[in-house]
Amino acid sequence: MYTYELDEEKVFNSGHNACPGCGEALAVRYVLNTMGPKTIGVVPPSCIAIICGPQPYSSMRIPVYQTTLEASAASAAGISRALKRQGKYDVNVLAMAGDGGTYDIGFQALSGAAERNEDMVYVCLDNEGYMNTGAQKSSSTPYLAVTSSTPGGKPSDKKDIAEIMAAHRIPYVATATVGYPDDLARKVAKARDMEGMRFIVVLTPCLDGWGVADDGAVRVSRLAVDTGFFPLYEVEDGERYTINHGPKGIPVERYLEQQKRYRHLDEEQVKEIQAGVDHRWRLLQARVEVAEGHAKAGPRTTNRMRGECT
Amino acid sequence: MSATATPPRNSPPANEVQMADDVRMLLTGNHAVSYGAMRARPQVVPIYPITPQTPIAEKISDLQLAGDFDVDLMTAESEHSAMSACITASLTGVRVFTATASQGLMLMHEMLHYASGARAPIVMVNVNRTIGSPWGFWPDQTDSLAQRDTGWIQYYTENGQESLDTVIQAFKVAEEVLLPAMVIHEAFYISHALEPVTVPSQERVDAYLPPFDPPHKLDTEIGESWGNVVNQDMFYRHRKDLGAAMDRVLEASVRADAEYKDTMGRGYGILEKYRTEDADLLIVAFGAMVGTARVAVDMLRAAGKAVGLLKIKLFRPFPIDAVRAAVAGVPRLVVMERNFSPGGGGVLHQELKAALYGMPDPPAVHGYLAGVGGVNVSPKKMVELAEKALTDEPVPGSVWQR
Repeated sequence: MYTYELDEEKVFNSGHNACPGCGEALAVRYVLNTMGPKTIGVVPPSCIAIICGPQPYSSMRIPVYQTTLEASAASAAGISRALKRQGKYDVNVLAMAGDGGTYDIGFQALSGAAERNEDMVYVCLDNEGYMNTGAQKSSSTPYLAVTSSTPGGKPSDKKDIAEIMAAHRIPYVATATVGYPDDLARKVAKARDMEGMRFIVVLTPCLDGWGVADDGAVRVSRLAVDTGFFPLYEVEDGERYTINHGPKGIPVERYLEQQKRYRHLDEEQVKEIQAGVDHRWRLLQARVEVAEGHAKAGPRTTNRMRGECT
Repeated sequence: MSATATPPRNSPPANEVQMADDVRMLLTGNHAVSYGAMRARPQVVPIYPITPQTPIAEKISDLQLAGDFDVDLMTAESEHSAMSACITASLTGVRVFTATASQGLMLMHEMLHYASGARAPIVMVNVNRTIGSPWGFWPDQTDSLAQRDTGWIQYYTENGQESLDTVIQAFKVAEEVLLPAMVIHEAFYISHALEPVTVPSQERVDAYLPPFDPPHKLDTEIGESWGNVVNQDMFYRHRKDLGAAMDRVLEASVRADAEYKDTMGRGYGILEKYRTEDADLLIVAFGAMVGTARVAVDMLRAAGKAVGLLKIKLFRPFPIDAVRAAVAGVPRLVVMERNFSPGGGGVLHQELKAALYGMPDPPAVHGYLAGVGGVNVSPKKMVELAEKALTDEPVPGSVWQR
């Protein structure tokens, strides 16, 4: 059996409002308890806002500003800049948004913040749809997955947000998931101790939206990685790739069969998804090779002044 | 954060604004705003460019580069993000300024409500410009008037000097009542017109406007949060509190203006009566048309017509009691305004009628839609319209006049 130990400081409390067995609540625990109490949180409407708790309750032992759905990165930037004007360089700013608030409506603000290299840790808790409003599709919903707005299966692919963010050449981009908590906590700690824009997308299974058993979040999360559906990797400055966990030879069907949203798939469609997973894995490996080649060719030529946001 | 590792390049020559005394400068309305903002010492300015606001942003950038304006200038990727950052920077405890116009204000609309709900005392200048479709760049107040229900204080100014002075006053009022404030002047007539403007010394402004130090803020030592879901009762109380703060703006604005006049020698009031003695008719106006109306009133008085002017400066909250007192005993009013609410008419016309409803012996009120879309309303035209209002029977709705 897989065991892990976390050195965590309790910022996220029990008694929160997530569904029992929620993958996202688990992610919030690792993220917040690693970020620590010297953190100001920004949360848009999402499951995370529910997990925060309604006034006057709070499940988080830090100040949290709840913003509008599209504004997380801009709101976090305002806090970050104001803190620095007050000389408070030791306070972390953490945005925690869902995939809708990141891939879709919040993308403009996120891209703008990345271009300006705003000083924040932005964590996307990705449950692949608008789960808080009844499981509608987002641009993070994978190909052929059933949602309440794509009852026949989503006809288009999942947006590759990690690559999009890496293309902004920000200091740090990582993928993570709750099935690999030590990897997740390590990445959050690494991001916390860096400067500038840091982005982590955390795959967080939604029991209800995905149709997963109450005790299945962690199992499904690990299968997402072990089948190669969601490889775990890091990209520094948009070019230094490190793959942490990739496919372990398990067919993607083992991942899909755990979830009701894929129950309608026929054999051909499963093959099509497998082919897509294989193809993306080859592309990721190719990017690592290209990056290694570049590294051998000489020092990087990024123009960014590190830590400067003006 | 604002410091750079290398000395700034392309710095403008050492600026004349680093002076201990007030200085008289030839400035556009927009540049006057930039100097006013600089004197108010905001620490963070998230901003996005839009015609005809851009000279405000450009001048602030120049003043920052020259070292005159110590500010973190956040070049946002949209007005929505600019306002989003304004709110959180303000809630984190720093003074915040921004500026926009027209479509930019429209894009901010959601966050304007958010700002007042969060009680963030941001000061923003809006340069009145037509809203598309179709495209236009012309002075028209419909953009800011469409924000009248957002919980922002609204001041309308008639020239660059007043805009500069009102930006500084607006911080005083906004930070006292914890509501955001909008200072509004019109495209081109004010924003791009050059006039002599007095820029008050930093020392005087510092004496007038103390540093921003809010009791509540986003701070890990305090632990307060913002924006959580509330129940119906809490929402009711929250809106009532916001309304009570808005009510305090009337007195706070009068006081802030009086103190400003004591310090700087210039004051404006929340409204102004110009040559209203024994008037048969008052022209009621706000914004750039006030300046034209002063000339028209002088012309009418010279011709023996008892016509005066009522300038509305504070529009939100609407100064009902002050307006009623100002028009008491006057038989007729004519609103001349550069905005249009389809299905409603002129917005000031509607507001004025509502304010006077139930008043004993109220004046008859004409509403003239003059200057909508930025068409010129000359002093001569205003004289003509005023003469018409002296004889025509008023009708309930607003009337197009060209």
